[in-house]
Amino acid sequence: MIGLSDYLIVAAALFSLGVIGLFLNRKNVINILMCIELMLLAVNINMVAFSHYLNDLAGQIFVFFVLTVAASEVAVGLAILVAFYRTRRSVGTEDINSLQG
Amino acid sequence: MLETVFFDLFAGLSVIAGMGVVLARNTMHSVMFLIFCFFNAAGLFFMLDAEFLGVIMILIYVGAVMVLFTFVVMMLEINTARLREGFLQYLPVGGLIAIVLMIEFIGAASSGVFTSGAMATAEHLPQQVNNTVEIGQILYTKYLLGFEIAAIVLLVALVGAVVLTLRTRKDAKYQKIAAQVNVRKEDRMRKVRM
Repeated sequence: MIGLSDYLIVAAALFSLGVIGLFLNRKNVINILMCIELMLLAVNINMVAFSHYLNDLAGQIFVFFVLTVAASEVAVGLAILVAFYRTRRSVGTEDINSLQG
Repeated sequence: MLETVFFDLFAGLSVIAGMGVVLARNTMHSVMFLIFCFFNAAGLFFMLDAEFLGVIMILIYVGAVMVLFTFVVMMLEINTARLREGFLQYLPVGGLIAIVLMIEFIGAASSGVFTSGAMATAEHLPQQVNNTVEIGQILYTKYLLGFEIAAIVLLVALVGAVVLTLRTRKDAKYQKIAAQVNVRKEDRMRKVRM
């Protein structure tokens, strides 16, 4: 019998992989976005697991909302990336310094 | 038991695919590993009686979001060698944070709070329960406001993505639709007496 904690451990592993990916791939914006997707996926697994084990559909509804926000975020993020690539011919984070921040 | 076998398969493959996303040299390989990870996560969703979300996961994430990633990766010419300089520079800090985070999560998950009582023994729903119908009934009544806000968020993202990537060419000739619509009869027509 698979318990709730098994699903939570899988989600914890995926979330930690997303966090470590943010540190390793910090120079490539596309990889950063993918690591964020990985972390959101871990959160989604958590919510669906709780929804099943508590027999409450609210968790699945919230996965919907997370999915919506993730899709919007990727669309806008990649649009910004394409617009940036047109001006600087690069997607590296060290080149994103036009504002001298 | 078959369920345990499938859980181990999906969970193991999704974690391995996640490692592939982080460690792959080629950005395209990362995208492919992430697609594989999403498929396995959808398998986990199916095992949790969330069939609709599993299908949505494949349709939206793999079919839309990851295709967008693939499209962008293929469209941009990326020098991966330069982007991978100092790949392991922050490994000690990042690894420490991730390992501490993971130990905390696993400690919380197996602390006994989630392994006792009703949460430990969730039976699968009977076959006649329709997950899609149940989600629809609750989404369009109790969570209607959230649903509408999600629709607005998607609309704003759509318009924003178009505005960000749209560029008008200076040398092309365009219709001035506002001027066309605003034109009055008096501007173009002149009555003459013969």
